[in-house]
Amino acid sequence: MKHVHPSSAQVPAPGLRLRGDFDHAGVPLFRDLDLTVAAGGWTCLLGPSGVGKSTVLRLLAGLETGGSFTGEIGADDGGPIAGRIAFMAQTDLLAPWLDVRGNVTLGARLRGETPDAARAEELIARVGLADHVHKWPASLSGGMRQRVALARVLMEDRPIVLLDEPFGALDARTRAEMQELAFETLTGRTVLLVTHDPAEAVRLGHHLFILSENGLSECAGLENEPVRAVDAPETIEMQVRLFRSLRGGVA
Amino acid sequence: MTRRRLLDGLLAATVAILLWQALVWITGVPPFILPGPLRVAGSLVDNAGLILDHATITVAEVLIGLVLGALFGAMTALHLMISPLARRLVLPVMVFSQAIPVFALAPILTLWFGYGMASKIVMALLIIYFPVVSTFYDGLRRTDPGLLDLAQTMGARPRRTLFFLRLPAALPAFGSGLRLAAVYAPIGAVIGEWVGASRGLGYLMLLANGRAKTDLMFAAMFVLAAFAVLLYAVVSVITRRMVRWSDETVEATPRA
Repeated sequence: MKHVHPSSAQVPAPGLRLRGDFDHAGVPLFRDLDLTVAAGGWTCLLGPSGVGKSTVLRLLAGLETGGSFTGEIGADDGGPIAGRIAFMAQTDLLAPWLDVRGNVTLGARLRGETPDAARAEELIARVGLADHVHKWPASLSGGMRQRVALARVLMEDRPIVLLDEPFGALDARTRAEMQELAFETLTGRTVLLVTHDPAEAVRLGHHLFILSENGLSECAGLENEPVRAVDAPETIEMQVRLFRSLRGGVA
Repeated sequence: MTRRRLLDGLLAATVAILLWQALVWITGVPPFILPGPLRVAGSLVDNAGLILDHATITVAEVLIGLVLGALFGAMTALHLMISPLARRLVLPVMVFSQAIPVFALAPILTLWFGYGMASKIVMALLIIYFPVVSTFYDGLRRTDPGLLDLAQTMGARPRRTLFFLRLPAALPAFGSGLRLAAVYAPIGAVIGEWVGASRGLGYLMLLANGRAKTDLMFAAMFVLAAFAVLLYAVVSVITRRMVRWSDETVEATPRA
């Protein structure tokens, strides 16, 4: 496989911080939340559905949340966040009328720039889809489609990457492969991964946070580098801790 | 699959013609009330030149009306999408205008645009305009919100989002609007010809009916129906080719 360095990364990736309250239709979703996303690493935000994980991610991405946020959101280098993020969701969000290359170069086209076809093809090869450059999304499997979405993120080449349960809909083996590929290709960037899967968070996170009805708490204790082996004792132990605290026990 | 459907169609037509003939035999109605299929076929052959002459006019009216209606309809839908003012001003008028049957407009259109082809083209255009606008506009508004979020994070320009995301995503809806239009356009043209014309299949049918040449009336109607079916088939093929990437064409290929 041709090796392409996925990140130009001349500019170091900034850390992010979100502090504040969020109300949805007058009902508070969270209060005094203070989340720090460390620069250049993977931060996993774990929690059950409906506590506002995706809202946090959408606030950072500058997307419509349907509620009102009071507080501050910023990057630690003082620069804006907008224009420096790439976004990947649970559904692959591929445009069905564009082939794989068309989807990977969508960003350039939407901004009115000339897409770099050669680079797109290198990145498509990087995610293992060199033979599928001209296929339509509908003829690809779920795992392949997420690879296209990953290639699109790499093509955008942004220092901050926001992942909203991007591997949730994949089968176990494909998920593990995608986690490894994403981790490898997104190294050096500031990554926020929102997930409800403790195993995924333990596998990938430099930093782990749990968001629950009671607020945000950090789970420290994992020192080794991700991607971690699923069957290592400390991984399993951490996974159990996370699982307990998700169930409402003491972490 | 297609051959099977074609065979089914032929079979159904044969059965219908046999039933028709049987009805004529059993009831013994005179030909000026209900001519048998053979008599109609004979009239079709005898009057081929005459029918073809009138058919050309109707076909031209329908095709021009269809193209103009699709064009104006698509432009209106895009305009509604771009301009909030257009949405506030045009949408209510369009919905209200649907309360007026196009039939009721035919006489005034004839008065305004004359007995020639223009009034029929306008009729066809008016009758298909609303279905085209509403299906296409609906399609433009129903772009996957996730895709729009993605476009926003990519720093997309609004016009580019419209033309590179919303528009292609709306093509399946636009296609179904055009297929509806292909069904309605001949109706519009024929109504126009009934109300006031000196040429066209609608005019010919009215004329034949008035002179008790029922076989000619049926022959003209048969040609009109054949054209309408053909038009629908052609528009279907074109609109499905427009969205080759979507639904049925893609489902045929196995997923990995």
